[in-house]
Amino acid sequence: MPEASKHGTLPFAITLDPGSSLANKTGSWRTEVPAYVDRLPPCNDACPAGENIQQWLHHAEESGYEAAWRQIMADNPFPAVMGRICYRPCETACNRAILDEPVGINSVERFLGDEAIKQGWAVSVDAPASGKHVLVVGAGPSGLSAAYHLRLLGHEVTVRDSCPEAGGMMRYGIPAYRLPRDVVDAEIQRIADLGVRFELNTTVADLRAELDAFDAVFLAVGAHVGRRADIPAGDSARILDAVSVLAQVEQGDQPLLGRRVAVYGGGNTAMDVARTARRLGATDAVVVYRRTRDRMPAHDIEVTEALEEGVRMRWLSTITYADAGRITIEKMKLDETGFPVPTGEFEDLEADSVVLALGQLSDLALVEGLDDVTITDHVVQVGAHLMTGHPGLFAGGDMVPSERTATVAIGHGKKAARNIDAWLRGTTDQRPPRHDLATYERLNTWYYSDAPATVRPRLDLARRVSTFDEVVGGLDASTALFEARRCMSCGNCLECDNCFSVCPDNAIIKLGGGKYEIDLDFCKGCGLCAAECPSGVIEMCPERL
Amino acid sequence: MLKQIEGSRGVAEAVALSRPEVICAYPISPQTHIVEALSTLVKSGELAPCEFVNVESEFAAMSVAIGASAAGARAYTATASQGLLYMAEPLYNASGLGLPIVMTVANRAIGAPINIWNDHSDSMSQRDSGWIQLYAETNQEALDLHIQAFRIAEELSLPVMVCMDGFVLTHAVERVDVPEQGQVDAFLPPYEPRQVLDPEDPISIGAMVGPDAFTEVRYLAHDKQMQALDLIPAVAADFRAAFGRDSGGLVRPYRCEDAETVVVALGSVLGTIKDTVDELRDEGMSIGVLGLTSFRPFPLDAVRTALGGAQRVVVLERALAVGIGGIVAANVRMALSGISLHGYTVIAGLGGRAITKASLRRLFHEAAADKLEPLTFLDLDRDLVERELQRTRTTRRSGPAAENLLRDLGTRVG
Amino acid sequence: MERVRFYQIGSYAAGNRLLDGELQTVQSDTHRTNSLNSGHRACQGCGEALGARYALDAVMRATGNQMVAVNATGCLEVFSTPYPETAWQVPWLHSLFGNAPAVATGVAAALKAKGRTDVRVVGQGGDGGTVDIGLACLSGMFERNDDVLYICYDNGGYMNTGVQRSGATPHGAATTTTPAVGPQPGNDFGKGKNLPAIAMAHRIPYVATATVADLRDLEYKATRAMKFHGARYLHVLVPCPLGWRTASNETVKIARLATETGIFPVFEAEDGEVVAVSKIRRRLPVADYLQPQGRFAHLFGATPREDVIAKIQAEADRNVRVFGLTDPEVPVHGVVS
Ligand SMILES: Cc1cc2nc3c(=O)[nH]c(=O)nc-3n(C[C@H](O)[C@H](O)[C@H](O)COP(=O)(O)OP(=O)(O)OC[C@H]3O[C@@H](n4cnc5c(N)ncnc54)[C@H](O)[C@@H]3O)c2cc1C
Ligand SMILES: Cc1ncc(C[n+]2csc(CCOP(=O)(O)OP(=O)(O)O)c2C)c(N)n1
Ligand code: SF4
Ligand code: SF4
Ligand code: SF4
Ligand SMILES: [Mg+2]
Repeated sequence: MPEASKHGTLPFAITLDPGSSLANKTGSWRTEVPAYVDRLPPCNDACPAGENIQQWLHHAEESGYEAAWRQIMADNPFPAVMGRICYRPCETACNRAILDEPVGINSVERFLGDEAIKQGWAVSVDAPASGKHVLVVGAGPSGLSAAYHLRLLGHEVTVRDSCPEAGGMMRYGIPAYRLPRDVVDAEIQRIADLGVRFELNTTVADLRAELDAFDAVFLAVGAHVGRRADIPAGDSARILDAVSVLAQVEQGDQPLLGRRVAVYGGGNTAMDVARTARRLGATDAVVVYRRTRDRMPAHDIEVTEALEEGVRMRWLSTITYADAGRITIEKMKLDETGFPVPTGEFEDLEADSVVLALGQLSDLALVEGLDDVTITDHVVQVGAHLMTGHPGLFAGGDMVPSERTATVAIGHGKKAARNIDAWLRGTTDQRPPRHDLATYERLNTWYYSDAPATVRPRLDLARRVSTFDEVVGGLDASTALFEARRCMSCGNCLECDNCFSVCPDNAIIKLGGGKYEIDLDFCKGCGLCAAECPSGVIEMCPERL
Repeated sequence: MLKQIEGSRGVAEAVALSRPEVICAYPISPQTHIVEALSTLVKSGELAPCEFVNVESEFAAMSVAIGASAAGARAYTATASQGLLYMAEPLYNASGLGLPIVMTVANRAIGAPINIWNDHSDSMSQRDSGWIQLYAETNQEALDLHIQAFRIAEELSLPVMVCMDGFVLTHAVERVDVPEQGQVDAFLPPYEPRQVLDPEDPISIGAMVGPDAFTEVRYLAHDKQMQALDLIPAVAADFRAAFGRDSGGLVRPYRCEDAETVVVALGSVLGTIKDTVDELRDEGMSIGVLGLTSFRPFPLDAVRTALGGAQRVVVLERALAVGIGGIVAANVRMALSGISLHGYTVIAGLGGRAITKASLRRLFHEAAADKLEPLTFLDLDRDLVERELQRTRTTRRSGPAAENLLRDLGTRVG
Repeated sequence: MERVRFYQIGSYAAGNRLLDGELQTVQSDTHRTNSLNSGHRACQGCGEALGARYALDAVMRATGNQMVAVNATGCLEVFSTPYPETAWQVPWLHSLFGNAPAVATGVAAALKAKGRTDVRVVGQGGDGGTVDIGLACLSGMFERNDDVLYICYDNGGYMNTGVQRSGATPHGAATTTTPAVGPQPGNDFGKGKNLPAIAMAHRIPYVATATVADLRDLEYKATRAMKFHGARYLHVLVPCPLGWRTASNETVKIARLATETGIFPVFEAEDGEVVAVSKIRRRLPVADYLQPQGRFAHLFGATPREDVIAKIQAEADRNVRVFGLTDPEVPVHGVVS
């Protein structure tokens, strides 16, 4: 029998004091116990630069733009650039795509990058100087990313590049209407401001000497040599390669393309060069590609924008002959495996020039003297830590086997920097194992407000075909906020308090600051908290006896 | 103040003087005049502050009283007969929760057959509901008992039922002494609840109690009624001191000392019995009367003391325990356990049947001669029931007994 | 501008760190009162325990804790106050199964007589205690317009006594007294007993329905109810894992399905007239609601009872039509059989 009630004279048993039920520890009923876990959001999982997207969106959701930007900068020094040119594997992976449309991660990233430039936000080197000096060969996204991270880790960094300005393909490949150069300049300047030394117009040829002079070397020379195709051609045929054309444009030269331009290839480079041709005054820019649109390696949006700008497409076609003012194409058809086979049907097209956009090869002359560096299929082989066969010589970006995108290159830069740092310290870089993926099934999407994606503004067509002005506009603070808040925070608590609220047993303690705890004294293990967590953060585990 | 008023009016005024804060009622004869009077007192503002709730049933009436009492208000209701049965469930609940509600039962028979006249079947059916039951002999006592009832109820945290004979008392116009408000206020302090629903000090009232403590809870309820055995006479004594008259108490013996025959009864019939006893005494019969004012708690000791010396006891009751006979008689016997005397149970005055002095005289004579059946139905029309019994023996579809009897009576009379 | 107010989970979840403090729910408040405390003995995932805490916490906040609760017999009462422990943090009284509205009236009358009209009274009970045995008292309370908010926690049956049929048991549902046997298994098709409509017929100031799936709505209604004086009625759908034979973690989901299929219309009425309805967000066929529940399993057996499902669908369609639960353009996601 219980001790006397605090009210003393209350009628026995029929009348009870509040708080007394706390003596009944219902936790003993439990066969399963909820646990707060972190799951890997699919966007983070997909980002080649390893950005913690969900986390920076979380900051942006609260208008914490600088914090959001800093979160990006922890992984990627190019938010404004990436917010324009990244192919957005994150958005492809985004769970919200299943619900309605993916979160416009990239547009928010651009907003944050632009905001940082506007506000003059800067980063600083906080790590103590290591006394080590690293040479980075190539000032493309990979080299710059490595330089940035190495500098932040306290190392001296020198970047050498053959070109007059840093940026690699960000400057000499990707056209300005997609990536304005002031943006590239601003984000590179920020790296320079950290104390990274740039030696431009400097081609590195003797790696042996550099390996002696520096404590470590990171190679990121990219792939700049246009791949040729064996097209039978007349003497006066004008055959150019895409990367050279684009580089020329960047350097202020007017490549002699003529009024009618045939671009051969179906990748993004083909689209870029065709759209550039239109801007340079070509009345007819036609892309010749041997398969169909859905099999084009170019991203759909690039193809769409090209079509909008008047670029024509000749799908299922190969160029069999080129001559002055004209090319012959053969119609193709796809076999059952989707492989294009010739049909024997030919057609002539008028073309003043043919621009080959069939991919690029790396110029690997600088490693040729090193026996311990392996080159296979025109690329340098590296291990899991991005080190070549030569100790202290690391490589990344387009010159190693990988998907050739700026984002991958940046990711390599970060990864290489961490491994170089570890190597310089005589350790190896250890990363915690990845969390389980926050798949769509783990979410309770009921709770997310209905919200269609924000569409970025676009330049009107007339100006698109006549100038190199940027085509795609950015978000403003309110649209960026809206877009950030479309994030479902997959696998990470968004502090919705659902768990705290739906527990019929008040067995969840809200600690504040986004932290919650299960009160094991009272949790009956019903699983409601886990079922009603929008972002799939709670897992029911068998109760251990 | 002396007033020539109906019994119901007297009770209403006594209740009003007791300053109830919530009155709730559902009409049923013969209780109606009481609550009509009270509703007027509340509506006119004479009785304030007080809420009069016109409920939709007796079940609700008692329930409203429960809520009001638990919230710390002095609560009152009144009912009778069918109404009392209809509130049986909350009746037990009110006592179980220890809520000091006061209720008038204007005693009336229970149907079928439906009958609006007086007997004690209604309150007797609820004798074990946990309520204290006090029976008024006169209108003055009915009035006085209500004032005492509030004090007893609130001191013990137990509900009290004041039973008064329907029509016989409720509708009888008599002279009664209605006390002054100041006197009542001095006698009856404001209600200080033992437990109350208070947001500043929340408690849970009405828990579910299992086998581990249920017996103890029940024991404590019984113990409270045992405490009432002391409290009821004490309050009656206080009342006498304050108001100068005898009302209430446990039992009221009348000419019992040395009586060979003692008649036990409750309620207004005591008056007729006393008159009869006076006559029989004058004629030399050794007879007395024991009036029971408190039936719950049942004053075993007081009854034993009053009856222990008698040679025979005649319990005259206005209710029938169908299948055995007496209700009061069984309780009286309990008080007399171990004492050997003649005991007679007389069922009288059911459904308003008049109990005449002539019948009583005959009855007491037979008793004094020990010629009485152990169970006697006073003034039972034997012929009538025999004919009906005969009919049911011979015809399967003999029809409803009550109607048959009426028809039979009609043919005989008409 | 409309878009700037977009808040990720908006008002669907209990809390939202992006919302201003005053827009936060009572339940998301660290200092919420937990009117029904831990240690109660409700089944795992009990919707009634959840609904009661939601509602009473909101009432506590609305009244500054100046409230008294009166409870009918039923699960809520039994699981909250088995001697020697009570889970209630509010002054609370249990009398009987069928008299909670009248007891509440008594409390309100007492408070009025004592001049304590600042203390508000809530009566509460299960569907059985409300629509069946307590209906007379409830109707009396309504008719007199006593200052009581009565909350019915509707779990569609007499759960405390072992899942028997009540007047609120849905058509076709199997209970222990309407077993899934015979040619018409489960509960018979009567016309039902629509208590919110009955309440509205009394023209009391406020009647509303809610579910445990929409906390904000429930809190809003409990809070709004306290703005009125007189009789008010709140009918809350509270799934019962035991009686509905659903998994303990599905309580909220099932309540959500009840509204999204049109089975349970969520609305508000003042003085007997509907003033607001909660629109269905993504309309679903009733089968989506029925199928996860064991009490309807016989409709989806070897020979599925399309006929019965169609009847239930027709009832939902009627709700949708009568209450205007969908905007015209809201399509049904899936096939309405
Ligand atoms: C037209 C075009 C459009 C593209 N569009 C996109 C896009 O929209 N999104 C995307 O993600 N990716 C895009 N890419 C791919 C992307 O640009 C590359 O994958 C990325 O730039 C590779 O980075 P990197 O650092 O490895 O090499 P690069 O960017 O190629 O940089 C290599 C640098 O090394 C320098 N270098 C080379 N050899 C030496 C040497 N021996 N000594 C010193 N310096 C040397 C070069 O001058 C160059 O600056 C595009 C590529 C092209 C060609
Ligand atoms: C007068 C009376 N009849 C029957 C019962 C038995 N009884 C207690 S609780 C209950 C069922 C309660 O059902 P409901 O009101 O819907 O509440 P639930 O338990 O489902 O929450 C029944 C039938 C009782 N206590 N009192
Ligand atoms: S909702 Fe509560 S009782 Fe259920 S599993 Fe979660 S913490 Fe435990
Ligand atoms: S339910 Fe909400 S508060 Fe709880 S863990 Fe999930 S996201 Fe966080
Ligand atoms: S039977 Fe149903 S209502 Fe009762 S406690 Fe269990 S889940 Fe709750
Ligand atoms: Mg129920």
